[in-house]
Amino acid sequence: MFEAHGVPVLQGLIADTPEEAEAAAAKIGGVVVVKAQVKTGGRGKAGGVKVAKTPQEAREAAEKILGLDIKGHVVKRVMIAQGAAIDKEYYFSVLLDRSNRTFLSLCSVEGGMEIEQLAEERPEALAKVAVDASKGIDLAKALEIATQGGFDAETAAKVAPVFVKLYDVFVKEDATLVEVNPLVLTHGGDIVALDGKVTLDDNAEFRHNREEMERDTLDPLEAKAKAWDLNYVKLDGEVGIIGNGAGLVMSTLDVVAYAGERHGGVRPANFLDIGGGASAEVMANGLDVILGDKQVKSVFVNVFGGITACDAVANGIVGALDKLGTAATKPLVVRLDGNNVAEGRRILAEYAHPLVTVVETMDEAADKAAELANK
Amino acid sequence: MAIFLDQNSRIIVQGMTGSEGMKHTTRMLAGGSNIVGGVNPRKAGETVEIEGKSLPVFGTVAEAMAATQANVSVIFVPPAFAKAAVMEAIDAEIELAVVITEGIPVHDSAAFWAHSCAKGNKTRIIGPNCPGIISPEVSNAGITPSNITGKGPIGLVSKSGTLTYQMMFELRDIGFTTAIGIGGDPIIGTTHIDALEAFQADPDTKAIVLIGEIGGDSEEKAAAYIAKHVTKPVVAYVAGFTAPEGKTMGHAGAIVSGSAGTAQAKKEAFEAVGVKVGKTPSETAALMRGVIQSL
Repeated sequence: MFEAHGVPVLQGLIADTPEEAEAAAAKIGGVVVVKAQVKTGGRGKAGGVKVAKTPQEAREAAEKILGLDIKGHVVKRVMIAQGAAIDKEYYFSVLLDRSNRTFLSLCSVEGGMEIEQLAEERPEALAKVAVDASKGIDLAKALEIATQGGFDAETAAKVAPVFVKLYDVFVKEDATLVEVNPLVLTHGGDIVALDGKVTLDDNAEFRHNREEMERDTLDPLEAKAKAWDLNYVKLDGEVGIIGNGAGLVMSTLDVVAYAGERHGGVRPANFLDIGGGASAEVMANGLDVILGDKQVKSVFVNVFGGITACDAVANGIVGALDKLGTAATKPLVVRLDGNNVAEGRRILAEYAHPLVTVVETMDEAADKAAELANK
Repeated sequence: MAIFLDQNSRIIVQGMTGSEGMKHTTRMLAGGSNIVGGVNPRKAGETVEIEGKSLPVFGTVAEAMAATQANVSVIFVPPAFAKAAVMEAIDAEIELAVVITEGIPVHDSAAFWAHSCAKGNKTRIIGPNCPGIISPEVSNAGITPSNITGKGPIGLVSKSGTLTYQMMFELRDIGFTTAIGIGGDPIIGTTHIDALEAFQADPDTKAIVLIGEIGGDSEEKAAAYIAKHVTKPVVAYVAGFTAPEGKTMGHAGAIVSGSAGTAQAKKEAFEAVGVKVGKTPSETAALMRGVIQSL
């Protein structure tokens, strides 16, 4: 991604096996660095970055790094990068500044160490420069950022064009964070982005081709939910949760966790937001995902019908239970309020499924669901 | 009285002829909102019949304002075109633009917010990704159900749509001056503080419910603002104590906001300035009920 926008990087090749790592190191020649490809920071500390002087050493390094667990991410792939004789290490990032509703650049002539550490130990060395979203980072702005970051005039003139290109990455890739740490000055006097991190905005996927990008491996239930376009996150509890609207679902998780304190410490099993205007089909898909979670002992359906109609929710529950037949073995606690609530409750009362309990309020329903999960 | 949206609000709908726009225009009209037209460049000059009312469709916001004296626009335009629609509303200097659209890229929101600032913020923007604003029995600009509750002395500002509905429902016997869903996106127009300022100034609003959720530092800022400027009673609710960590911007993001953005940090910020925080929506409603009874 950096290469595509003209940011200077060292040549690097990807390897999935020690053999491939050896071949890559031979191809690049000279000293190489073998780096774990994981979507988290702190990999150096975790033993995920090693220097190799020969292809044989690269192979040995890859053997050690592949399969490492770094903060819960198992390394399946390494990058073999050209080694660089480093003179100086710098820090640069540009990111969304939510608090000020604009962009912000962080910059320091003292790079290399973790940015949290720098911010804590030497806050005066870390420049924070507001970037107007409508103006961006041009060469003049980049020079301002570099100067505030502590660069001398000569080096500022060298890094500024790279900052402009990194801002290009930020805008053109719809990123919320572009961070380079370290940005280095080599013995040869070149500026190179040695290591970086980019966070992309999911909302902008429609205007990018990100199909080929490597994604985090999803939990099978999360993958199933994603295929149905459901906003689902697996958690480690016993009460399955379905609701509409992110705020209400988050609130439901909290209320269930509180109720769980009275019922053997049961916890919410997931976050699932079926969204506004959910149809019967969406409801049925959601139930299908949650009932597929072996840890789930009871399910709490909490819907406030604003746009979503409660009768559609009720029909979704009926449809899902019909489809499951005798495979449905987990109790469902349902709380419906709002749009078409009378019709929704009537549908469930008429269906009279032995596993379904309709409860009037959110707090009572959470209590009931926690109680059933603790049986 | 109500804030931002009242009996003088004349509403146009950008994206009225789309399926969401049509559905919610119908609902807003049924709820009593004064909708005076719609905007769609490809259908300019046409007329749409909704709820027995003939609504003219204009090519631009400026034309719609000139012809109808509209002062509010509700935007249902799909994400890919939302930035242009909001920019257009800002350029036309309409008083209020309510952006309902969900899924707008944050670079687009940053762009229209920067544009608004450059133009002197003449247009109040609510949202994006929000349910809009309702002054019950007076006007409704957005997708909040009109029939949850009626007029009353409470002002409500919330990041979450469904929690707005839930809170209005819990306190339906008391009623609201205005309820605003400001949206949970990283970049939004109207903030908790903007609403607090307006509710404080509104003589009919006697007490305020504030609903927040994890992420950002809007709640912490609101708490500091309340301590300095709000004399009316405020009750708060924060969602997300057990929620998984959402999309993070890494540690660089936390350094910027100076706050962890957790529900616990927000709760503590409110309690530190004497704002009571309910553990659940029902408990929050009960706290507000107590406040109203003691007035």
